[in-house]
Amino acid sequence: MASKKKTAAKGTPCTVRTAGDPALDRELLHSMLLQRRFEEKTGEAYALGKIGGFCHLYIGQEAVSTGIIGQLRPDDYVIGTYRDHGQALVRGITPRAVMAELFGRIDGCSRGKGGSMHLFDRNTNFLGGHGIVGSHVPLAAGVGFAIKYRGGDQVCICFMGDSVVNIGAFHEALNMAALWKLPVLFVIENNRYGMGTSVERAAAVDDLSKRADGYTGMDGIVIDGMDVHAVRDAACKAIERARTESRPSLLEVRTYRFRGHSMSDAVSGTYRSKDELDEYQSYDPVFSLRDAMVVAGTLMVPEWEAMEKEVAAIVQDAWDFADASPEPPAAALYEDVLVDTTS
Amino acid sequence: MSIITYREALNQALREEMSRDDRVYLMGEEVGVYNGAYKVSKGLLEEFGENRVVDSPIAELGFAGIGVGSAMVGLRPVIEFMTWNFALLAIDQVVNSAAKMLYMSGGQYNVPIVFRGPNGAALQLGAQHSQAFESWLAHIPGIKVCSPGTPYDAKGLLKSAIRDDNPVVFLEGEMLYNTKGEVPDGEYLIPLGKADLKRAGSDCTIVTSGKMVLVAMQVADQLAKDGIHLDVLDLLTIRPMDVEAIYASVRKTQRAVVLEEGWEICGIGAQVVDFIQRECFDHLDAPVLRVHQADVPMPYAKGLEKIAKPDAAKTIAAVKQVMYRA
Repeated sequence: MASKKKTAAKGTPCTVRTAGDPALDRELLHSMLLQRRFEEKTGEAYALGKIGGFCHLYIGQEAVSTGIIGQLRPDDYVIGTYRDHGQALVRGITPRAVMAELFGRIDGCSRGKGGSMHLFDRNTNFLGGHGIVGSHVPLAAGVGFAIKYRGGDQVCICFMGDSVVNIGAFHEALNMAALWKLPVLFVIENNRYGMGTSVERAAAVDDLSKRADGYTGMDGIVIDGMDVHAVRDAACKAIERARTESRPSLLEVRTYRFRGHSMSDAVSGTYRSKDELDEYQSYDPVFSLRDAMVVAGTLMVPEWEAMEKEVAAIVQDAWDFADASPEPPAAALYEDVLVDTTS
Repeated sequence: MSIITYREALNQALREEMSRDDRVYLMGEEVGVYNGAYKVSKGLLEEFGENRVVDSPIAELGFAGIGVGSAMVGLRPVIEFMTWNFALLAIDQVVNSAAKMLYMSGGQYNVPIVFRGPNGAALQLGAQHSQAFESWLAHIPGIKVCSPGTPYDAKGLLKSAIRDDNPVVFLEGEMLYNTKGEVPDGEYLIPLGKADLKRAGSDCTIVTSGKMVLVAMQVADQLAKDGIHLDVLDLLTIRPMDVEAIYASVRKTQRAVVLEEGWEICGIGAQVVDFIQRECFDHLDAPVLRVHQADVPMPYAKGLEKIAKPDAAKTIAAVKQVMYRA
């Protein structure tokens, strides 16, 4: 089948290395499982009307955020799109603060003013989820510019979907990032569809990483996004290049979203088939790692059950916290339009 | 006091602020090696080096966004648009990124940035290079919009704009760069959000800003000869607008004309008239009239362009009408 050639694993079986450190594997598994169960809970909350507006779940793509963000220093920067819940959690915004933001409550990480698409957190240098496709890519280049301007060795990770490679802002930002050697990782989370339009129907290039070829000094790397170790390994090298050589990279991470584009989109049936969905679900990044660990004997079934239980409790706690948090008072309406300071 | 051009005044403001704060940098097309398309940045590359005076590719959306991103993490960019006509390509960064960042982040990320460049028509540049964007930009909560008409105001306002911790849109004028005026030798600042009564009279108020301040002053000179004495109120900052200054003037003169460079529909004048009718209704002796560009794309032909633009004759006619002297 045609789609098979374009699978996340690009025609190769999903290979999860388990030779690594079992403690690391458990950490990675926990990080991905938390995102998975959090997003399932988000879906429930949305169905109950606790969450409004547009809401884009991250289910299926957890290895990308876990594999990349987990390797950053606290003073590095992360910026992303409207599909930002997973990255926010991995970066260290608490599940409570993320869920409260989704609920539109005062204890949310953006004080209820941002919502699902605009999670921000200054404490963890999480520079937002941004709602206009492509517009945050120049912002990421600007963060890289500031790092270099100050002579720092931080890096900025810019997450984006596959549809971004076709918009002008992407090219303008990558051009200047390469021209000025800015320490930015441009991470395309290629989940195969920009909303309902497949990559093949939108991009005049098969291999999105090839977009990097237009910019001297920028590496274009293809990564199996269902394999958290593959993501980690590739990201690690790119992060080091950015940190030590101030060189940008373009990472095409091949992944898949197991839910619709947003809550109003059917999971399958319109622009993608049930068969295709089933196939990708067989490469599930969370359960692939779990199964490999079980096979390798580094994860016992009771340990997994305990992890599930612990994560479920965290997610329920986030829900309870969000539900109890007050809505922003009417007085907040006119707050934070402008600051009243000068420098 | 020295007599300098508007261009030199802006150059001094940039130089002084870049010397004062090393987080301030200038980025845009031709700002460095070329010394600025309109020479506003002349000499700055030599003085501050290429890290702080950055020649960008022709990519307004990209470099405007780079400015915003860098401002989120602590720099204080001045982004030069060769003209505001080209800034339409970057409007997403001005509106969706800069103006909204503080609000949608719940107060966590302010964006201390200045977007500046010439606005409005020059001479025979045709439809795509002759647009005044005050009303477009002033529509947006989360940004401030300045439109100075004299060298003195340009320098003092730009310095304040650079020190402001919010995004500021700074509208200059190609036809203003060579105009001259007195500027103090020492440092001074002009606060954002305060209008300036450029001339005091008792018969009618002209509310205006930017390039049109010069037209209003000519009109005031000319009408004074006929015994009509105008208050010329220069808004200086269009957002936030100094409504108290408008009310004080209109309550005194009881008549007003709003003079702006841009188009009529949903223009700045429409908003000023709204403020006046709400707060000064009982003081008015005549309807408030507006002078603005003809409601057409700017034509190239010299004669057509002249009649499309707001000018002294149209303003005089409007003043006489509200004075019932037409």
